[in-house]
Amino acid sequence: MNLDLLRPEICMALTALAAVGADLLFKRKAIVTAVCLAGIAAATGLTFSIMGNAPQIIANRLFSLDDYAIFFKFLFLGLAFIVIVASVDYVNRMKDFHGEFHALLITATLGAMLTASATDIISILLSVELTAISFYALVGFLKNGKTAESSIKYVLLGAINSAVLLYGFSMLFGFTGSTVLSGMERATAAIPSGGAAGGAGLLFGLMLVIAGFGFKIAAVPFHMWAPDVYEGAPTPVTLYLSTASKIAGFAVLTRILVTPFMQPVALARNWGIILAGIAALTMTTGNLLAIPQVNIKRLLSYSSIAQSGYMLVAVAALGMSSSNFLQARSSLLYFILAFAFAELAVFTAIVVMSRNKPADLISDYAGLARRSPLLGVAMTLGLLSLMGLPPLAGFMGKFYVFTQAAQHGLLWLVIIAVVNSVVSAYYYLRIIKTIWTDEPASEEPVSSSLGPRFALAFACLGIAVLGVAPAIITRFSEFGSHMFMP
Amino acid sequence: MTAGLNNYLVLSAVLFSIGLYGALSRKNAVVVLMCVEIMLNAANLSLVAFSRFVTPVALSGQTVAIFSITAAAAEVAVGLAVVIALYRQRGTVDVNDINLLKW
Repeated sequence: MNLDLLRPEICMALTALAAVGADLLFKRKAIVTAVCLAGIAAATGLTFSIMGNAPQIIANRLFSLDDYAIFFKFLFLGLAFIVIVASVDYVNRMKDFHGEFHALLITATLGAMLTASATDIISILLSVELTAISFYALVGFLKNGKTAESSIKYVLLGAINSAVLLYGFSMLFGFTGSTVLSGMERATAAIPSGGAAGGAGLLFGLMLVIAGFGFKIAAVPFHMWAPDVYEGAPTPVTLYLSTASKIAGFAVLTRILVTPFMQPVALARNWGIILAGIAALTMTTGNLLAIPQVNIKRLLSYSSIAQSGYMLVAVAALGMSSSNFLQARSSLLYFILAFAFAELAVFTAIVVMSRNKPADLISDYAGLARRSPLLGVAMTLGLLSLMGLPPLAGFMGKFYVFTQAAQHGLLWLVIIAVVNSVVSAYYYLRIIKTIWTDEPASEEPVSSSLGPRFALAFACLGIAVLGVAPAIITRFSEFGSHMFMP
Repeated sequence: MTAGLNNYLVLSAVLFSIGLYGALSRKNAVVVLMCVEIMLNAANLSLVAFSRFVTPVALSGQTVAIFSITAAAAEVAVGLAVVIALYRQRGTVDVNDINLLKW
């Protein structure tokens, strides 16, 4: 069974319980935060202790421990740490539910970590649900009409989505005769490359699975929930939703597609082309709909949809790459890392701004650079990185992804993506202009405690390092891409 | 004459479509959740049927179905809690009235 390889996850589960317990026992709510941060730090240490080995199977092929899983475990733990640190001021707005908020954040992280290493329909389903259910509760955390509304939209659409996902999985199971990804791979390898036997059924199942995860990653046409949920949810939850939930979706989608459905080549080409079409739609819709927005969270949700489109370009390239997929996958991992840092920088600034009262309109950020240089610089760096300006992380990510796509015969998609990047510059630069040149409504400086400042500095550092010295990180994302086991 | 795999698959496809139609067309949030249950059970049915006919020895499909029933129960528990929270805020569970957020 070697369940001991799930040490980090077990540690996170205990942390979630400890957070609720600490909330009951102690009056000082800072203790809950400290317990969570300590738990995450311990889980990170435990992840270090299990890394570096050859790929291993856990619990009779329910999970596997490979470098790909470890890459995502570190990423999710880091994200959870930064989100908790960034929202130490914000959580005072919900002081009655301090423990629950943190416990749910931890369980969402736990679900995401399990998702990244799940290799069986059962474990994929349960870990995806664990993340989703934690988020359903988190999205509705502030008691006002808006969050209740975004929460119900998320729950209803999410429930429909999990039914679609399950139906897709049942098709994959039926046409391969196995619930384990490695068993599916064996079945697809046995299909003669010219024959259509099982091909149509498999493609149907894959379409449903892509639709299911397309919802998680907010790909068009399954993106309708994202703007409403991002706008209504508490801002730290929006931050976590736009990073962890989306990245977990990409992690598991990529693991399902690569390598079990890389053969026969015709099948891989088919889903590659389908994903390329979805990517083109997603980028274009996201960028065009972001332009008229006046609410910053809504604008960023459309921007985040567009970023999903760029990530899908990399996944589509995986499908077209046949057996030579390692480079394409490490380009995806690199882009994800760059995206996570940029989202952290931008959303942490919004969390700080809305710690006392909502600051959702772009006009609330007028003259921000004068009121708080740190917030202004961090937000600018984040937005420029999302836009893909050369010395920053986002540029390297896009460069890496687009090169891979062009190499694998998706030049038309790269052209669409580059045109989209240009369009996106318009709305990103509009926010930056507001931050630096507009007159602030009040000259009052924005105060923030040490936590958010640390988060902002960390995110800025990440954006700069990833952009200026990508070699350090490419090694990390290539590490995540090697030694991959279904 | 006994029912074959095709019969079960057609039944499950029909159930899934009914559920999807209901989930997209119904106004009451609770009814939408019920329609989602139909969709989930359609998927469970196809899992169990595939398991019976494709891998009669291993019970893998049945196992997935049992786990998915558990997950669906958890999902509906949270879903109903959210519906109650919404009712307290707005006094309605009609999804057509949930329109504060739109672009």
